[in-house]
Amino acid sequence: MAMTGILRPGHVQLRVLDMEEAINHYCENIGLIETDRDDQGRVYLKCWDEQDKFSVVLEPSDRSGMDHMAFKVATEQDLWRFESNVKNFGIETKRVPAGELNGCGERVRFVGPAGHTFDLFAEKEQVGNMVGTTNPAPWPRGLKGMEPIRFDHCLLYGNNFDENLKFFTEALEFQLTEQIMDGDVRLAAFLTCSTKAHDVAFIRHEESGKLHHASFLLGSWEGVLKAGDIISMEDIPLETGPTRHGLTRGQTIYFFDPSGNRNEVFADDSYVYPDSPVLTWTADNIGQAIFYHSRQLVDSFMGVTS
Amino acid sequence: MSVQISIEDTGDVFPCAETKHLLAGMIQLGKKGIPVGCRSGGCGVCKVKVLSGDYISKKMSRDHVTEDEERQGVVLACRVFPQTDLKLSVIGHLQKAIMR
Ligand code: FES
Ligand SMILES: [Fe+2]
Repeated sequence: MAMTGILRPGHVQLRVLDMEEAINHYCENIGLIETDRDDQGRVYLKCWDEQDKFSVVLEPSDRSGMDHMAFKVATEQDLWRFESNVKNFGIETKRVPAGELNGCGERVRFVGPAGHTFDLFAEKEQVGNMVGTTNPAPWPRGLKGMEPIRFDHCLLYGNNFDENLKFFTEALEFQLTEQIMDGDVRLAAFLTCSTKAHDVAFIRHEESGKLHHASFLLGSWEGVLKAGDIISMEDIPLETGPTRHGLTRGQTIYFFDPSGNRNEVFADDSYVYPDSPVLTWTADNIGQAIFYHSRQLVDSFMGVTS
Repeated sequence: MSVQISIEDTGDVFPCAETKHLLAGMIQLGKKGIPVGCRSGGCGVCKVKVLSGDYISKKMSRDHVTEDEERQGVVLACRVFPQTDLKLSVIGHLQKAIMR
């Protein structure tokens, strides 16, 4: 097994202002599948090709934004190893008991230097994807909406940017894949714990702990276009796209959920190996780095978070 | 039925249907004046103070409008459905692109 330690984004818990509207958005329009609810009113969702019980948790709240993002580690030993890595870095940790989220094992929780709450866990109930493990079909029938394959990554805005990058690469052993550099100041860092273009990314910002977007993988550019159709049909606030990013080369579209949390669905981004060089975009070319075709920054995309 | 929305700071005026939120009304006519973000009450950039007029509002993120502010007519334009002509002043703003 070449992939060890932190394996992937396990889930994101998003705060929503109106649960009914949120469920309609995430299930009917994006096309996630509801797998559970709990006595705190939280609703658990997954994409069709995920084995684990949930990858998105919607939490009823009076404010928007991200409650926490969690990563799955390979083994229980990894969980305790990363717990001590985080402590050794000088960041407090606490343990969230197994079952606090239905089907999720014990979690190690901490607040990263940029102000976001992260959890690590080693166990989560597997309910299987929708095509089984014996002679599996390439895709299941009856999917809804944009038909996302998996919850893929979050882009986060926060302060203490350099310290945060150090924390992710040193304590959590993430790999820097791409960056935006303004001279020797790093404005953006894309990070992976696997071989993806990013599992999480950070933008230098003055406020702490902000969510820019939570993103879902689609199967094709055609899927991104169809997502655009659904966005217009359903009167979903579109931000920009369909277009291509320079960074990660992803084909992408951005829109907002009914609580103002930004979503992305995308297809076909790049990949890395542990020995891949870091890709650099220069700040004088930031328009192309972000929106490859128009080369123009979109004000809300740069400045709006939840 | 539509009502008149006037923005004090900029002098912008636009009509808005009572069934549409203020930002939707503004965007549809290609008008400017209130910053546009999520259009769903979560990002706070469209924050305005209603100086006069009646409106109905939907739930807004408490990160951006406190209960106190809400009582004083401070609201997110994307959550406000006008019931009469409204006069507003703009409070919210888009943050600078990327902070150094
Ligand atoms: S545009 Fe985001 S709160 Fe109104
Ligand atoms: Fe993204």
